[in-house]
Amino acid sequence: MCDTCGCNVTPGNAKFAYQPVVPGSTAVSVLQGLLKKNDDQAAHNRAHFDRRGILAINLMSAPGSGKTALLEATIAALKGQFKIAVIEGDLETENDAERIRAQGVAAHQIVTGSACHLDAHMIHDALHHMDLADLDLLFIENVGNLVCPASFDLGQHLNIVLLSVTEGDDKPAKYPVMFRGADAVLLTKTDLLAVLDDFDPDKAERHIRNLANPAPILRLSARKGEGMMAWLVWLQGQLIEQRKRVEAGATQRPASQPEGARLHTETA
Amino acid sequence: MHELSVAQALVEQVEDLASQHGATGVYLIRVRIGPLAGIEPELLAVAFPLAAAGTRAEQARLDLVMAPVRVRCQTCSAEGEAQPNNLVCGACGDWRTRIVSGDEMILETVELDIPEPIVS
Repeated sequence: MCDTCGCNVTPGNAKFAYQPVVPGSTAVSVLQGLLKKNDDQAAHNRAHFDRRGILAINLMSAPGSGKTALLEATIAALKGQFKIAVIEGDLETENDAERIRAQGVAAHQIVTGSACHLDAHMIHDALHHMDLADLDLLFIENVGNLVCPASFDLGQHLNIVLLSVTEGDDKPAKYPVMFRGADAVLLTKTDLLAVLDDFDPDKAERHIRNLANPAPILRLSARKGEGMMAWLVWLQGQLIEQRKRVEAGATQRPASQPEGARLHTETA
Repeated sequence: MHELSVAQALVEQVEDLASQHGATGVYLIRVRIGPLAGIEPELLAVAFPLAAAGTRAEQARLDLVMAPVRVRCQTCSAEGEAQPNNLVCGACGDWRTRIVSGDEMILETVELDIPEPIVS
């Protein structure tokens, strides 16, 4: 959805904007994203982050792909350099937030009950319970789910999608909406590749490219520390990019539709 | 599933539009959904009456229009249809394409019942 008006008009669909009126009724052409309220709130969250120079990252994956383990290892490596906080989303329990707090950084747990995803309003409420002063990095660990979280902008700048090698290497083909929206894909638990002969990282990579996604694909094991350096370097590069954007008064939306605004302007 | 959240957001949006136009009812809600929007149209259709109950959109017909997946190649500029999980260029085979249609989730049109103003 585009930045200018929250709508999603592209040259491909602009011709559908006007429809004939049924007699006796008044047709109103709307052309707004269905999740306009969520998107407005997400934009507000993003403005919050940008004002404070925070880089906000949304971590998404299937349950058990290693999001919390990745965060533990990332925090352990970077907490001396940067101020980090985490928002955890789970259906129940404070377990993940406690694991993060054990690393010595602030964590706020959102317990969603039965909701299968986080939305921008939940993030906004969570932000009011957190100390954002001097924060550099905010990680949002979404509910483990490869379907629903993909449709909700939270105000983050980047989407990171994890795919562990204990899953199928064709998951990007099965869940295209999620993997198309990734700014980086992490193939996790790579230390297990030695004993799992049915996951082909190159095949996973090809499935991601078939979604026209140019995102970097990093292979790592948070538990064993393999490949962590490339991830940490990428992350710090993104933080530098965010600081440049903040300086220039610019912002960035996650990957799902970077072209929206431009296409819309061309149509208009 | 998240389709109920989407249905609730849709009804809220339609209610806002009805209020803005002084409408007493809604005849039709036309929504355009692409396969890459992450919304299952059938589930949205099931969730809609639950979300619309007791609102001005209660009697509205929900018209779900499916958008095709179309991509434009950044390498050879060809434009064509693609599959949701295979967005490579049909002409030259390059994966560097951009979505032209297929990831949208748009409220296109609402048809409202707006009473004639009473002239005294």
